Amino acid sequence: MAETVFAPWDDPNETPLITFQNVTKRFGDFVAIDDLTLDIFEREFFALLGPSGCGKTTMMRMLAGFENPTEGAISLAGKDIAGVPPNKRAVNMMFQSYALFPHLTVWDNIAFGLKRDNLSKDAVATRVEEMLKLTRLQKFARRKPHQISGGQRQRVALARSLAKAPKLLLLDEPLGALDKKLRQDTQFELMDIQEKTGTTFVIVTHDQEEAMTVASRVAVMDEGRIIQVATPERIYEGPNSVYVADFIGDVNILSGTAKPFGREMYQVDWGGGTLATAASAKPFSDGQSCHLAIRPEKISITADRPEADNAVQGKVLDIAYLGNLSTYYVELPTGQTIKAQTANTRRISRRTFTWEDPVWVSWTATAGVLLDS
Amino acid sequence: MNRLSPFNVVSLTLGFAFLYLPMLILVIYSFNKSKLVTVWAGFSTKWYGELLQNEAFLDAAWVTLKVAVVSSTFATILGTMAAYTLVRGGRFFGRTLFSGMIYAPLVMPEVITGLSLLLLFIGIGMDRGVVTIVLAHTTFSMCFVSVVVSSRLMSFDRSLEEAALDLGATPFTAFRLITLPIIAPAVVAGWLLAFTLSLDDLVIAQFVSGPAATTLPMKIWSSVRLGVSPEINALSSILIALVSIGVITASLASKRHSLRIKREELAAARTT
Ligand SMILES: Nc1ncnc2c1ncn2[C@@H]1O[C@H](COP(=O)(O)OP(=O)(O)O)[C@@H](O)[C@H]1O
Ligand SMILES: [Mg+2]
Repeated sequence: MAETVFAPWDDPNETPLITFQNVTKRFGDFVAIDDLTLDIFEREFFALLGPSGCGKTTMMRMLAGFENPTEGAISLAGKDIAGVPPNKRAVNMMFQSYALFPHLTVWDNIAFGLKRDNLSKDAVATRVEEMLKLTRLQKFARRKPHQISGGQRQRVALARSLAKAPKLLLLDEPLGALDKKLRQDTQFELMDIQEKTGTTFVIVTHDQEEAMTVASRVAVMDEGRIIQVATPERIYEGPNSVYVADFIGDVNILSGTAKPFGREMYQVDWGGGTLATAASAKPFSDGQSCHLAIRPEKISITADRPEADNAVQGKVLDIAYLGNLSTYYVELPTGQTIKAQTANTRRISRRTFTWEDPVWVSWTATAGVLLDS
Repeated sequence: MNRLSPFNVVSLTLGFAFLYLPMLILVIYSFNKSKLVTVWAGFSTKWYGELLQNEAFLDAAWVTLKVAVVSSTFATILGTMAAYTLVRGGRFFGRTLFSGMIYAPLVMPEVITGLSLLLLFIGIGMDRGVVTIVLAHTTFSMCFVSVVVSSRLMSFDRSLEEAALDLGATPFTAFRLITLPIIAPAVVAGWLLAFTLSLDDLVIAQFVSGPAATTLPMKIWSSVRLGVSPEINALSSILIALVSIGVITASLASKRHSLRIKREELAAARTT
């Protein structure tokens, strides 16, 4: 039996939970969000990714109700939420700084939102205990925020924002303050909790690895606009622009002009001595300027000339040893450098190549993506 | 520990002598047996005893205390409200003007404040007495409270209030349950400041009080005009002692509190 893939964005019958319809947000003359249109579906783990200042927090604050769009409409579950104050929205937010109430215990922090709903004492207590268990904080219930560690504080903030079982949970750089190891553990914990509770998560991050790990879909933003929305895989393997290709992971960009060459095949004159052969479903006209984006791990490095669609000779300029991988920087006679990455599958093997060695770098016609901008 | 250079020793001595010598002399002479203030005639505590018999002084002390407690409480409520609105109210029409105006009474000569209040009370036909002193003290001390509280509010992490709203609290509940408890130390400090300002005030009270109400500073001032008596020295020494005890307790308490927080934070960081 084939497992159904979670992809509501491909299903025309699905209605989105959140819709941004031509939303613009200005602060004075400054345009923070620029005519943005976006759908987010129920049970999604949606990641907003982009450089600092591109408007990620502003989008979250509009969803939470702390800012209103200057133009356009945002709807949640089919209702326009403009003007609904934050305390009347079925949306909760986990703040970048956690914003734990310093004078209340962990227990009371988590209970704060529940008490606002006039629940009975028992109902509040039951729910708080449930949340403490979910986030493994039972031992710390009676402590104040300053009496627990950074990782525990982060879990309190998560428990507090999940306690009211919101339709939508906003997480603004939730893991920014944690060190790398704790971060990775927490990412899996977040995914686990998201699955268990079935809540829709929108997470802001500027760490592309984090976005790729947790998200069902990733939106790459720049200067208040969304450049591309797709699954992590699609974003990585099929970026729609040089900006996205460059922002997500490492990439070689060969710029030049395209020349049609058979069905969905092009030759790119990139000034590298030979013409590069590249496949592309997207049409290019003769002489159109284009960029060929190739991930370093899709480029092979060999001592002898290989049988490949594309091969150029150069010499090793630099080697970056990353433990599991090594990246070779190969300088071509034209002065350009190409990055090629190999996996270090054997322990203590003699390095095949060293500085100044003449080598061949090669890639197939389908290894790269041909982009027009 | 660094040793002080001779220059530092000299300036420290001079500075503190300048500050505390007058008070020291006052305290010493309050234990003088002689009625003559400037002639030392041996140790005695009799002036303290006599002070407690002096009804006029005790009455004045009682009036002062009542005025100080009531006016500083009103001033704290009004001052905190003003500070909250000015810091949190966003950009409303005339905000800059209001923020500036709240500071003006701080630099206004007391004579002018007193005079204008007097004219107001006469104008509306209000009998002068304890009530008018309370009103006048509330008026001038609320700006001090407002300054203290707004400086705390400005460094207050706004996201705490937003988190409360986000979790379903109304703006008023957020203020009551989150903002107020956190800024409480500043509010208490504002209250204490207003309290001491009221205790201390002579000029404004002179303007707005009536025959029935005499505050302690007014009483001291009028007795001194008839000549300084050792009784006054005793009274002043008691005031100095009370103020010192208050200040020392407050600073010890806040120091112990911050030490405890620091210790607990360190302990939390270690058990990660
Ligand atoms: N309240 C505000 N007033 C003026 N400018 C703001 C305000 N909030 C955000 N901005 C500006 O909007 C831009 C986007 O901010 P933000 O959404 O916080 O970015 P990000 O979270 O992606 O780093 C920034 O340039 C920031 O300076
Ligand atoms: Mg941000």
